[in-house]
Amino acid sequence: MNPFAYSAPTDTDAALVAIQTDFNDSMPNRFLAGGTNLVDLMKADVMHPARLVDVNGLPLDAISETADGGLQLGALARNADTAYHPWVRTRYPLLTAAILAGASPQIRNMASNGGNLLQRTRCHYFYDVGVPCNKRDPGSGCSAIGGVTRQHAILGASSHCIATHPSDLCVALAALGARVHVQSARGEREIEFADFHRLPGDTPQHDTTLAADELITQITLPAEAAAFAAHSVYLKLRDRASYAFALVSVAAALQLDDAGRITQARIALGGVAHKPWRKPDAEALLHGALPHDALFARVADALLEGAQGQGQNDFKITLAHRAIIRVLQSAVVGTLTNRDEGDASAEESLQ
Amino acid sequence: MLTENHATATPPSPVTMAAPLYPIELTVNGTRHQFEIETWVTLLDLLRERMLLTGSKKGCDHGQCGACTVLSNGRRINACLALAVSQNGHEITTIEGLADGNQLHPLQQAFIDHDALQCGYCTPGQICSAVGLMREGEAHTTAGVRELMSGNVCRCGAYPQIVQAVSQVMGIAPAAQPEAPVRPTVVGTVLS
Ligand SMILES: Cc1cc2nc3c(=O)[nH]c(=O)nc-3n(C[C@H](O)[C@H](O)[C@H](O)COP(=O)(O)OP(=O)(O)OC[C@H]3O[C@@H](n4cnc5c(N)ncnc54)[C@H](O)[C@@H]3O)c2cc1C
Ligand code: SF4
Ligand code: FES
Ligand code: FES
Repeated sequence: MNPFAYSAPTDTDAALVAIQTDFNDSMPNRFLAGGTNLVDLMKADVMHPARLVDVNGLPLDAISETADGGLQLGALARNADTAYHPWVRTRYPLLTAAILAGASPQIRNMASNGGNLLQRTRCHYFYDVGVPCNKRDPGSGCSAIGGVTRQHAILGASSHCIATHPSDLCVALAALGARVHVQSARGEREIEFADFHRLPGDTPQHDTTLAADELITQITLPAEAAAFAAHSVYLKLRDRASYAFALVSVAAALQLDDAGRITQARIALGGVAHKPWRKPDAEALLHGALPHDALFARVADALLEGAQGQGQNDFKITLAHRAIIRVLQSAVVGTLTNRDEGDASAEESLQ
Repeated sequence: MLTENHATATPPSPVTMAAPLYPIELTVNGTRHQFEIETWVTLLDLLRERMLLTGSKKGCDHGQCGACTVLSNGRRINACLALAVSQNGHEITTIEGLADGNQLHPLQQAFIDHDALQCGYCTPGQICSAVGLMREGEAHTTAGVRELMSGNVCRCGAYPQIVQAVSQVMGIAPAAQPEAPVRPTVVGTVLS
């Protein structure tokens, strides 16, 4: 690791000032939360901030109700505490399921919600400072194109970068329509989840629309998204059953009326693009319809429209298509939280 | 409580340029310690290189194996990804701190009883992880133990015995043969 300066402010205003101290574009200062991504990337010399502003002492770790009945997740609440929180698992079980499908218990204990949003791609070439990478070194080229692409994007990629965003948590937040609250010395603003991450285009060095001096303070979940609690499933397909990043993941949340008709549907895909992938027009195909497999296949077609493999990851297109159908079949039946609920309740949740 | 001052000990320095040192205080296995360290020292390196507590292992140094698992304020974490400066004021428990004198921690004894190791390299991390797992209280079945111990990789493949040892200490009955799932199963889902 390169030498860097460090401070650990205990209030937000001080942190917003500290992040600007001797700011240098080639070695930009960074906030430090759980460190599970940043420290790793600093060891690999992919990121080399001149200064770390440790935000673990800021009072931003609460999970509380918003005025309109939604939930507010502190940026510094840990992924594990978020997943197991009684309000989260009862109102937004999709989020519990997605978090518990990611990383390991140790990492979930360390990882913060804000840091999870800003984790960087797992593209091998991004990690290997010996080879060109437009995301790490703008203009140097993309080593993944024509290389090992098993993990790479099938949607929304560009000729400059074909990386995927590796988060599970973000896929659920995209489906639930979360908002990201950020603050800097210049003021506060709110970002719709769909606008938070971006597609690579010709500037893949920017993963998100967040500015370097902006701190994520909260993530809010709208009250109305709790209506999906009875029909929420997160399906993650990966090279081993646990502790691996997604090849393809699907978050599905449905609302059904008494006649069994789908009244509302949200679907987001992970592991396939530079951001969680949502298509409201594909979701709309389900609105007002009785669930059946041919319809689910049409939804999958619509979600994957324009999908293009890179050779080694062509299989992801078929895999994603099947995963979308399977997750919709499963969500019609009920909810899976990916928690170990013990014998009795596990049996119940399978009804 | 004992206080040991490590500030005056000269650590082997890997860099030639002088870097500022940051004072921190940690309680490690019940004893309070003070250090002056460079910002880039990880908790794992501090434990192993400064304190010579070499039970915690550096298997990968990237959060991918769990061999460095310790408890920080009672929660299991990967010490290789934690900067020591960021742990200032925390209580750390390592494998060296689990036994009570010559009385092994029940998990240590269970690992011996179940032969839950071969080379033993992953074992300190496995046991610290299991202590954290028990405190979290989220595992209720052997399938749950297996899933929630998945942050600890065992190259020797002692997984069945590890799950048996942890389950026994937690009072979880061995799994009955799982029934065929009645509906599409989500990979990674905990089924009992
Ligand atoms: C072996 C391994 C396996 C993993 N598997 C998965 C997986 O399967 N699924 C998954 O989703 N994730 C996985 N992860 C990633 C993990 O979830 C992220 O590393 C973690 O969520 C990052 O959070 P953190 O608090 O540790 O962030 P840090 O590492 O502290 O920070 C990450 C970035 O966010 C910035 N930052 C942090 N907090 C804020 C804030 N409040 N405001 C502004 N900027 C901020 C930092 O400056 C830094 O740039 C895995 C990680 C490892 C090491
Ligand atoms: S895919 Fe993106 S991150 Fe990977 S090498 Fe190409 S530019 Fe870099
Ligand atoms: S050494 Fe920390 S996880 Fe492998
Ligand atoms: S006992 Fe050898 S790695 Fe686990």
